[in-house]
Amino acid sequence: MAEYDSVDFLQLDELLSDEEKLARNTVREFVSREFLPVVQEHIRRDGSFPMELVPTMAELGLFGANLHGYGCAGMNNIAYGLVMQELERGDSGLRSFASVQGGLVMYPIHAYGSDTQKERWLPELAAGRAIGCFGLTEPDFGSHAGGMLTKAERKGDGWVLNGTKRWITNGSLADVAVVWARSRDGIGGFLVERDRPGFETGDMKGKFSLRGSVTSELFLRDVELPEENRLPSAAGLKAPLSCLTQARYGIAWGALGAAMACYDEVVRYTRDRIVQGGPLAGKQLTQEKLADMLTEITKGQLLALRVAQLKDAGKLHHTMVSMAKRNNVDIALQIARQARDLLGANGIVDDYQSMRHMVNLETVRTYEGTHDIHTLILGEHITGMRAL
Amino acid sequence: MKIMVCLKQVPHQDARLDIDSAGTWIQESNIKFEINTYDTYALEEALRAKDEGECEVVVVSIGPDRTTQALRTALGMGADRAVHIKDEEADGSDALGLAKLLAAVAKEESPDTIFTGFMSDDDNFAAVPPMLAELVGLPHTTAAVKVVRGDSSLTVDRETEGGSYEVVELPLPCLVSVQTGINQVRYASLKGIMAAKKKPLDVKSVADLGLSGSVGAGAAKVKIEKIAPPPKGDTAELLEGSTDEVVAGLVTKIKELGLL
Ligand SMILES: Cc1cc2nc3c(=O)[nH]c(=O)nc-3n(C[C@H](O)[C@H](O)[C@H](O)COP(=O)(O)OP(=O)(O)OC[C@H]3O[C@@H](n4cnc5c(N)ncnc54)[C@H](O)[C@@H]3O)c2cc1C
Repeated sequence: MAEYDSVDFLQLDELLSDEEKLARNTVREFVSREFLPVVQEHIRRDGSFPMELVPTMAELGLFGANLHGYGCAGMNNIAYGLVMQELERGDSGLRSFASVQGGLVMYPIHAYGSDTQKERWLPELAAGRAIGCFGLTEPDFGSHAGGMLTKAERKGDGWVLNGTKRWITNGSLADVAVVWARSRDGIGGFLVERDRPGFETGDMKGKFSLRGSVTSELFLRDVELPEENRLPSAAGLKAPLSCLTQARYGIAWGALGAAMACYDEVVRYTRDRIVQGGPLAGKQLTQEKLADMLTEITKGQLLALRVAQLKDAGKLHHTMVSMAKRNNVDIALQIARQARDLLGANGIVDDYQSMRHMVNLETVRTYEGTHDIHTLILGEHITGMRAL
Repeated sequence: MKIMVCLKQVPHQDARLDIDSAGTWIQESNIKFEINTYDTYALEEALRAKDEGECEVVVVSIGPDRTTQALRTALGMGADRAVHIKDEEADGSDALGLAKLLAAVAKEESPDTIFTGFMSDDDNFAAVPPMLAELVGLPHTTAAVKVVRGDSSLTVDRETEGGSYEVVELPLPCLVSVQTGINQVRYASLKGIMAAKKKPLDVKSVADLGLSGSVGAGAAKVKIEKIAPPPKGDTAELLEGSTDEVVAGLVTKIKELGLL
């Protein structure tokens, strides 16, 4: 069988540099060779990630690939986006692992951490010797994280943290949690090591979606932390939101990877599947679906690529990332649903990947700002009226 | 210590191959290329020596523009420098012509070891490595499945017919052509790919290597007359029709012949 190739209807590869293409190829090869053969087994077990791949992922430089220094690759945002695309071609859980480690843990330490924090954690996180998680969401506050109840109170020179975080990717795997908590001075970020007394985790069970990823709860009961564990430059909700802009950016590309995996699968399948008098691919209804998929993927690529260029040029506004995340996840989900449909009964078993992507994308639609929240961000940008 | 690795870019294993209009090669437009599988193992063998100590790894390839991708990948995996022999005059070279070009580079570089793949995925000649070694005057061996580096020699297990091994020792400098599976080939890391941008990639023409007139189609003693799919054997039968029909035909055949 011919190997997987990404969609390039508008010859966008001509706009990519050699390094960008090489970055894409090397991650694609890793996903084909090492991740896809094991994904099914992890999906069948709820909440299980192939941890044995972490050292190779680190060697490849997948953690914090667009950060500079501390053992990070320092790639531009196009290459970083392509890396996310290739990871999510494998599974949204694989991309989530890298997004959280790089965009939500390494990025805030890099951007808001002290030199000591950077030197202690960044090389370890880049090398995959330490795993991180990002604790913002709470049982009662998701979209409106600003309402968080987790509290940080002064005690002597240090802090005491109390609260619960829920839906935290890699929570129980993490050596360090970036926990956002409210103090008298506003919202701040704290580095909580796994072995701090009073800090416990538990996993969310029964997920239909993102099963190849660990999702946890973090319980903080009188967790004492020294001042050195607070991110000194993170002041207010702006800080966690800037992390989310990083991760959302990656998702805008990642979703295209999932969409292309489904498109690739369904094009092959419909060519071979014979229905009433000929291949399914030869039917007008199928062709309309395939034409829509190709068109939407191509439009999504243009959107992602332009957002990447603006990000590299320092001209990115977070509303642009909202548009890219909102659109690309939405079209990916539509494509996954259509692909699942065209696969017929075969589409509901895990020998085929479209349904896995489809259910994963339900999570991707919800996390990092739900589809509706991004709608309201764009709405406010257009009208100047805040409906959030 | 310096190791030279010869690598070739060949059509991707899964590429759909169509014969070109002249009937002497495949259509190269619109197919993907990759580094010859055997050569990736040769490169990995060199990179392992580099991991262990002071060693410069120079990769050399002959081919058109697209070959840059293969060389950049090799640099991304950890090679230090690349030499790209790019010249239309080299087109149509036979194995001897290619060996002459590589020998010219080898003479300039005078490496302690040359690693090559055992053969190329596309041509299956396995002729270039021994010719190259002879032109440079190096001891050589082929089909290496294990290489142990000593101070002034290499001990090489080579694969022989019937699954047995032959153990040979070669004094340095020497050439070893490597069998697949000898090691586990690393990926080009993102950091490596970024670092590769700054690594030297020299482009050389046939004239730069002093070989004008002695390589390329004109000088080739072996010429490809024709390439073609294997002819249908007398006892072979091709099943035609839709997938369902072919499968039904095959099942009927298997039953007829009592194979199950
Ligand atoms: C698998 C998984 C992994 C996750 N990983 C992490 C992680 O690592 N770290 C982390 O901090 N969080 C994580 N999350 C949490 C995620 O970010 C939240 O689920 C998300 O922000 C939505 O919050 P919620 O679930 O509370 O939904 P709600 O905020 O309750 O939203 C429910 C619905 O109401 C809509 N809605 C909400 N507010 C408004 C409004 N003002 N106007 C109109 N409609 C509105 C939403 O669009 C949505 O449709 C993860 C979630 C999942 C499922």
